[in-house]
Amino acid sequence: MGTQTMVHKTAKPKSNKPKRGFMYYCKRDWQLYLLLVFPITMVIIFKYFPMAGLIIAFKDYKILKGFMGSEWVGFKNFVEIFSNKDFYRALRNTLTLNGLDLLFGFPMPIILAIMLNEIRTLWFKKVNQTLLYLPHFLSWVIIAGVAYQLFQPGTGMINILLRNAGLSEVPFLTENTHWIFSYVLIGVWQSMGWGSIIYLAAITGINPELYDSATIDGAGRWGKIRYVTLPGIRSTITIILIINLGRIMGSSFERANSLGNPIVKEVSSVIATYVYSAGIQAQKYSLTTAVGLFQSVVGLILVLISDWISKRIGDEGLL
Amino acid sequence: MPSNQKKIKHSFYTKSKIVDRAADIFIYFTIAFLAILCVLPFVHVLAKSLSSDAKVTSQLVYLIPKDFNLRAYRSVIGDPSMILSLWQTVKVTVIFTALGMFLTICAAYPLTRKRLKGRNIISVFFIITLYFSGGIIPDYLLMHRLGLLNKTASLILPLAFSAYNMIIMKTSIQTTVPDSLEESALLDGANDIRILVQIVLPLCKPILATLCLFYAVGRWNAYQDSVFYITRQPLYLLQHKLNLLIQTTNTTLTAAEAQPDTVTNPEVIKSACIIFATLPIVIVYPFVQKYFVKGVMIGAVKG
Repeated sequence: MGTQTMVHKTAKPKSNKPKRGFMYYCKRDWQLYLLLVFPITMVIIFKYFPMAGLIIAFKDYKILKGFMGSEWVGFKNFVEIFSNKDFYRALRNTLTLNGLDLLFGFPMPIILAIMLNEIRTLWFKKVNQTLLYLPHFLSWVIIAGVAYQLFQPGTGMINILLRNAGLSEVPFLTENTHWIFSYVLIGVWQSMGWGSIIYLAAITGINPELYDSATIDGAGRWGKIRYVTLPGIRSTITIILIINLGRIMGSSFERANSLGNPIVKEVSSVIATYVYSAGIQAQKYSLTTAVGLFQSVVGLILVLISDWISKRIGDEGLL
Repeated sequence: MPSNQKKIKHSFYTKSKIVDRAADIFIYFTIAFLAILCVLPFVHVLAKSLSSDAKVTSQLVYLIPKDFNLRAYRSVIGDPSMILSLWQTVKVTVIFTALGMFLTICAAYPLTRKRLKGRNIISVFFIITLYFSGGIIPDYLLMHRLGLLNKTASLILPLAFSAYNMIIMKTSIQTTVPDSLEESALLDGANDIRILVQIVLPLCKPILATLCLFYAVGRWNAYQDSVFYITRQPLYLLQHKLNLLIQTTNTTLTAAEAQPDTVTNPEVIKSACIIFATLPIVIVYPFVQKYFVKGVMIGAVKG
């Protein structure tokens, strides 16, 4: 990591100086430490305490007995979740939805960025970018609300139009397979514009001389995209792909909750919504903490593997 | 020979020009189409919310309001629980943003001082929270233990510190404030907090604005914690309330939520609620968008 090498550089000349105790630095930089006290306290209470709370995944947690008083049960909770049908369903749905998200949602911003880069009329580009970024700023509740206004059978605008055109209605959000694709497409719609920013930034970083020499070599527009733009943003593409792969175990409660409905529960229940209903609503705290721990650990391992791969192929690394 | 070569080049050029034109038209149309696709749904919902019940019931409203009226909005605004939720959301967003900014500055500034002992350990201590967390249930039990369930504080405190925003702040202090400036201030006898308030913060105004918006928009849109921690109506965040409202007539109804007004069509009321909750974001959006883009760029440098 970059920061560590930096420390070595600055540490070397210091070795000649007399060694000073911690109290010396406390006295000299007390104001800086004082500032740090606030965020450190907050992080300990609201981030590290819950991490310590993960021990109840190995206990039979009872609210009355507390964290310490509850009985140790070893891996019993984990054995139980892996024989739980609802958990498997949530795990399967999480992986399916995230996999499809990656398949359809990943290429779109790249295509969009390349197309936006080809636009020479500045005002046209600006206006369209503003519109394309808009969905990113709206909550999943609003997006789901709008989606139901459009896709609901009977009263949704798209279904009215289909009916008026003499076609049959499509159960976009009320039939399992249709729901999965609606979920994914709505996600692509929401994130494609925003996702393109990072690629546009990478494209602006490409040396313009490369385009000039490509023109001299007789490359047309497509040739320049193929041989200059794409290689120029390759490392960005790789990094974003790896970051996304690292997130394949994650799940958004809000997206699944607001787009889902009881009819499609079989495909819309993801790990976060399962933990909410079995944990907070049905109060199986230890069991769902085990689910959460499993998800976090697998997620962390995936992130570490991603980081390792990205360093292996010569990129900077993510951590 | 030279003239021949010129000819070839020329014909190649014109041919590629035609292809170029075609590609241009294709690209412009696709982009415009996708951009319109991003707003059209909202135009439809807006049109519905401004139309009369009868026209919406007979399914005649597409993109232009029919029988223009503001009755639906009047009943949304006239509903006390809606106004309470709005007030709760505004209150939470303002306090959350202020606290978040305070904590971010307190963490980021000391970590940019190279002489600070333990700087790397503290950085790692913060950054770990980006990659690992207790998760939903331990967070919930902590709120329970602290007695914060059904308290507004549960919507403010847990998320107030964001390591991601801290990294953005840190990077931007490092790039915008030259070390020499602070060294000379130190020599002039200014202490660290004075340097922060009088030199660093004024120079970092653009990034402070950006982070304020990150915190505010993030808080405005999120409702997961409201669902988890809040079970008493008047404390619901607007998005949480809206979610219940939308879910009620999605399918065959789950929880029964009091309709703001029985006079109007639920479709129209829902449309009005959606627009009501979207409006604040849409109003500030054109002004804040460029700040967001800037923030993403800085975050991407070391994501």
